[in-house]
Amino acid sequence: MLSSVPQTDTITIKYNRKKNIFYSDKVVPYIFVLPFIISFLTFYLYSIISTIMMSFQTISGLNDVEFVGLKNYMNLNNPHFFNALTVSAKYTFFTLLVLIPLPMLLAVVLNSKMTIGRNFFRSTLFIPALTSVIVAGIFFRYSFGEQETTLANAIIKSFGIGPIVWLQSKSTAIFILVVLATWRWLGVNIVYFLSGLQGISSELYESAEIDGANTIDKFFKITIPCLKPVIIYVVTISVYAGFAMFAESFAYWRSTPPGDIGLTLVGYIYQEGFNNNDLGFASAIGITLLAIVFVLNLIQLTLFGFFKKESD
Amino acid sequence: MKMKSTRKKNRIITITNLIILSLFSVIALAPFYFMFVSSFKPGEELLRNGINVNIQPQIMSIKNYVLLFTDESSLYLHWYKNSIIITLLHTVLALFLTSMVGYGLAVYNFKGRNLIFTVVLVVMMIPIEILILPLYKLMVSLKLINTYFGVVLPFVVSPFAVFFFRQYAVGLPKDYLDAGRIDGCSEFGIYFRIMMPLMLPAFGAMVILQAMSSWNSFIWPLIVLRTNEMLTIPIGLASLITPYGNNYDMLMPGAVMSIVPILIIFLLNQKAFISGLTVGGVKG
Repeated sequence: MLSSVPQTDTITIKYNRKKNIFYSDKVVPYIFVLPFIISFLTFYLYSIISTIMMSFQTISGLNDVEFVGLKNYMNLNNPHFFNALTVSAKYTFFTLLVLIPLPMLLAVVLNSKMTIGRNFFRSTLFIPALTSVIVAGIFFRYSFGEQETTLANAIIKSFGIGPIVWLQSKSTAIFILVVLATWRWLGVNIVYFLSGLQGISSELYESAEIDGANTIDKFFKITIPCLKPVIIYVVTISVYAGFAMFAESFAYWRSTPPGDIGLTLVGYIYQEGFNNNDLGFASAIGITLLAIVFVLNLIQLTLFGFFKKESD
Repeated sequence: MKMKSTRKKNRIITITNLIILSLFSVIALAPFYFMFVSSFKPGEELLRNGINVNIQPQIMSIKNYVLLFTDESSLYLHWYKNSIIITLLHTVLALFLTSMVGYGLAVYNFKGRNLIFTVVLVVMMIPIEILILPLYKLMVSLKLINTYFGVVLPFVVSPFAVFFFRQYAVGLPKDYLDAGRIDGCSEFGIYFRIMMPLMLPAFGAMVILQAMSSWNSFIWPLIVLRTNEMLTIPIGLASLITPYGNNYDMLMPGAVMSIVPILIIFLLNQKAFISGLTVGGVKG
């Protein structure tokens, strides 16, 4: 990817160029990329270094700082943290389980030449992605209310179950979080898979057909291998989004859920940092979260042979 | 005979596909329908029965909407205004800055370019949620808490947007650069007069994605914005979700009205929305 940028300075222009930095293709590129450099240094690099430092400190007031070594990390050994870790991990796992195969199959259906109204369906399936988590969350919160009459309880009643008190139990918490995520993200992942499918040449399928392959053979031997880059991309952003989830939980339970129901890692950062004003401990949670996301993505990319492909 | 059976088989596939897609479309659109219907019901009904399937014309009215926009205690118009200002500020700045960075990375071969591009890719993998604590401290010392700029500045140069513009600009014809130079154009002149118009489709897609993410963003505005009058729509709506108080009347119409602008933009520019998600993103 890096080597694909054409060399622009190979042709020497010998025309009279004014001696002005705005005319120098040695200086100007740095001015072009300056916004990123400034933004990176102040908002990202400074912030990360600052979080790492804060994670080794006890901070009471802006200037009252004490170095405490690994104490904040040792304090992570508590039920709230493990609860938050479990919620984030389960949520990520189940969103991956639902939001990879389902949109992939729907994309195959949408991509089929035998399907009519393809553009219409692509748009309707995408529309949920336009809403903010809070707006979608308001709908789901009141649909999963505890009353017998709510949408969710009315639906399960027709199967002879319920009513369930959805918002008050840890076991249903993950379910209603994943339902919200599925509703909002299905269309987006469909778009990713569709763009991957459109890159697969139809000749591959035609020659497979001549060799006597059936639909299922074609799906597993051609479609899935060709979609590998998209799958890697979708898994990567899903792991990232899964562990960074906060607003969904906030929409259901706000920042201090009773009994930690639906409390995520970012929710725990928010709670400790802004409700309890313990910036040092909150930073330790943040650094742990960063490490988890990086390690998971490294494992995932290695399993998919991503780095092997790069070095070839 | 064989032809006929294939045709029949194809028709069955077409109908099956149609049923599957219709089913999922209904699931995708149903919440909008229920929210819309509920927004006309009095708040006590939502409190008592949650969102439900019953349509009760006798209790439904536009009273909630009138309340939302005219009631003295309602801050919804403030939130709407704040959301619009923040979205405009963010989108204009983001497009201007990130397109330049992406373009610079794509067309010039300068020392440190690969390093900067690698940094862009790595930063895309950092959950911004872990930066909120130091950024909050930084914004306090810059006196930007509870200001529009405080919401916009930290994330205005998003690595994703830089990456997106870079991927697009790589495909631009480089002959224009030399043609511009021969005609005595400065490097910025080349960018603004020649290359930027060529990048219009990329701007079209990015304007929508940036506006959408800014309009809907939650965690950072939640932290920066401190007074009720300064909130954006999502933060304001979230503040209405409390176990006490009688804010239910405004919750549903407020939610419905927050979707309207983005839905209109989407229906007018579906293509740009969808291509914005995929150009460059997936090919890596």
